[in-house]
Amino acid sequence: MSADVMVRLSGVSRSYNGTKAVRGASLEVRKGEVLGLLGPSGCGKTTTLRMIAGFEPPESGTIEVGGRVVAGPGVNVAPERRRVGMVFQDYALFPHLSVEQNVAYGLPKDKWRNGRVEEVLALAHLTGLEDRMPHELSGGQQQRVALARALAPEPAVVLLDEPFSNLDAALRARVRSEMREILLSAGATAVFVTHDQEEALSLADEVAVMIEGSVVQVAPPEELYHDPATPEIARFVGEANFLEGHVENGCISCLLGEVPASCPWNGEAEAMLRPESLRLTADPEGEAVVIGREFYGHDQLVKLRFPSGVILRSRLGGGPGFKVGERVSVEVAGRAVVFPR
Amino acid sequence: MTGPPAALTETLRGGKAPRKRPPVLLTLPAALVVAALMLPIAYLVVRSFESGWETVAEVLLDGETLAVLGRSALLAATVTGASVVLAVPLAWLTTRTDLPARRTWAVLAALPLVIPSYVGGFVLVSALGPRGMLQGVLEPLGVQRLPEIYGFPGATLALTIFSYPYVFLTVRAALRGTDPALEEASRSLGSGAWATFFRVTLPQMRPAIVAGGLLVALYTLSDFGAVSLLQYDSFAREIYLQYRSAFDRTPAAILALMLVLLTATILLVEGRTRGRAGYYGRAREARPVVLGRWRWPALLLCGGVVAVSLAAPVGVLLFWLLRGLLAGEPLRTLWHAAASSLYASGLAAVFAALAALPIAVLAVRFPGKLSGLAERATYLGYALPGIVLALSLVFFGANYAPWAYQTLGLLVFAYVVHFLPQAVGATRSALLQVRPSVEEAARGLGRGPASVLATVTAPLASSGILAGAALVFLTTMKELPATLLLSPTGFETLATRVWSATSEAFYARAAAPALLLILLSAVPMYLLVIRERTG
Repeated sequence: MSADVMVRLSGVSRSYNGTKAVRGASLEVRKGEVLGLLGPSGCGKTTTLRMIAGFEPPESGTIEVGGRVVAGPGVNVAPERRRVGMVFQDYALFPHLSVEQNVAYGLPKDKWRNGRVEEVLALAHLTGLEDRMPHELSGGQQQRVALARALAPEPAVVLLDEPFSNLDAALRARVRSEMREILLSAGATAVFVTHDQEEALSLADEVAVMIEGSVVQVAPPEELYHDPATPEIARFVGEANFLEGHVENGCISCLLGEVPASCPWNGEAEAMLRPESLRLTADPEGEAVVIGREFYGHDQLVKLRFPSGVILRSRLGGGPGFKVGERVSVEVAGRAVVFPR
Repeated sequence: MTGPPAALTETLRGGKAPRKRPPVLLTLPAALVVAALMLPIAYLVVRSFESGWETVAEVLLDGETLAVLGRSALLAATVTGASVVLAVPLAWLTTRTDLPARRTWAVLAALPLVIPSYVGGFVLVSALGPRGMLQGVLEPLGVQRLPEIYGFPGATLALTIFSYPYVFLTVRAALRGTDPALEEASRSLGSGAWATFFRVTLPQMRPAIVAGGLLVALYTLSDFGAVSLLQYDSFAREIYLQYRSAFDRTPAAILALMLVLLTATILLVEGRTRGRAGYYGRAREARPVVLGRWRWPALLLCGGVVAVSLAAPVGVLLFWLLRGLLAGEPLRTLWHAAASSLYASGLAAVFAALAALPIAVLAVRFPGKLSGLAERATYLGYALPGIVLALSLVFFGANYAPWAYQTLGLLVFAYVVHFLPQAVGATRSALLQVRPSVEEAARGLGRGPASVLATVTAPLASSGILAGAALVFLTTMKELPATLLLSPTGFETLATRVWSATSEAFYARAAAPALLLILLSAVPMYLLVIRERTG
């Protein structure tokens, strides 16, 4: 089991000018896994990535890469000896080298001759672009070159810093799935940093949420979304409705009635419900009034107000929706996540 | 294959606006300026070929001409090479390492740029030459002669220590503009610190090294002051000697034309290297390289260069100033020369700013083949070394415009032709800051083109126009060869005063104007550094 771990951080801390950027972060990335490091900007996720790569030394804690301690008390292995591949936010392609030379940069001469370059270029769908210079490539192509360059020396782990932030929204979704496919077919272990929850959930096998320098939860995407550890995480990884209530025997009684909640304790609690678990029916006698609607095509968000002033959101399919001012009744599908108050 | 659709790239690039015709009010003055710019070079060609092809061939194939060419090329190559060797480590140390007080070192290392080459020549001659400081110290000890500083070694030393900052500044700018992630990427791909320097950092610096090196070569080839005072027979000095002594001045014209061809070639090459795309990055502050014990040799290098190129010259000047004052050297004539300098430079600045305006407006607002050509014509001033420009105007004035010959008007005309590129460059970038939509908004509010120019464009661009004028003013102050050849009789400026006093070995008399010139030249340098710091 432990031999399977490619990256391990134990209690890693780092501060800048007296403020702690990373506080005792601990993480594990298993072989072949893609870990998404998700957090709001300034939460220390990029610093964490740079510490793994060896560009910043941690103040305390240890970092292991490929089963070897690379940073820790009395140890600081130079970046070039860590077997870590890095894909930078702005790609950092060498502007004076062609695509082929960029990809070959990290390889010893004999490996270059043995066809590793062609292999990686093919893997990243770059065949035919070998002689182009970086500035002659589109944003998506540049990104694939950066990935191919990082993968070529077969590193223990590939680190990606905000890999999609330089692409426009229309390209992003497609490049994301391409990237996922390339990482999978290379069998690479990867850690990528993002502030975009959708990106983290769709690309990662495992997501680590980082808030104010601490890793607050590590879980597969589904679990993170449906079973967040704190209200803060719930809010950060998607749209969330919060309702106050009282838990008794696995049920919380709240504004929406008795809602099942799987928790072993009883008492005052806060229930979190994702918008898609609120079902609406047109009902002239209904308590809630529709006060707004955002239509996205594939789905829509309907904003409701209850007489008590509470506002909730419901996500419905893209079909005909409700009009503003219409009365509706609300039903809960599934169960609520509850947090003690 | 994965590029955005063609329609999208078209909108991203900004669709081509329909070509507007520039008003005659603009094209006519621009055409006049261009015609004036062409005059010196055109006349030089005419004058060279006046006495027929045989004479040209005779001069070209003369052994002495080839020797001059060889000496000039040798000097330019040596000075350029030495400058690169000196400047690259200094630039790297002051941008990428934890060198103590590296900002101060950066300013000090750039400062020798403000020392005009003839002042450098004066410093060298007056310190190490016959009747100089060293000789004065050693004479009581029975030393009668010092090793010769005239010729190649002196000229190389003077030009290197006062022109290496061109390479220093361009390389520094390149290093600051390079994305530090490139070096990090190289490190994580398995290259160590040294390998990264040679495989990534150095190639990033290469265009800057070439551009800076070409500037040094250009400066060396066009230099008149240092080579003349140090008596190295390169083109500039040979042209001057031919002009002064020979009965037939045709050889001087032909030599001048050869020099123009040489500098024009260098300018073309320089333009090529500048045009390469893809060499830009984001300015994220790089983590400085920790020097450790290497700190001491690094400090020694910086200190040594600054001592030789800045502290020593200023010290020598102060020595002669003090000695002159103690010997009762009158300062009154200095104010006279200073007033002449200010007057001529002020006129040049005003006329250069006025002449630059139509050219810059055309280039920015009506981009096209013709306006581009007009803009490029202004750069002829750069290709014409001062001595060549002056010579051509002397010929022209003597033959066709005796009423203008040896007047202040012709001198100012020479200054404007010579330094117009500076004014055009500054005005052009100021105009580029004014978005056309702002002007269009004024048009939409009912103002005519002239009114828009007066109420919107000019106020917004005024600081740039002023900066251009100031630059012309200060470079004119330092100009020597044209001033020397074209000044009205009895018109003495600070520059010619340094020249004549040095030529006649009145070192104490040259010190005060030389120091004043350095102080004045330090102003734009200071502004440049401030801009670098805030920008």
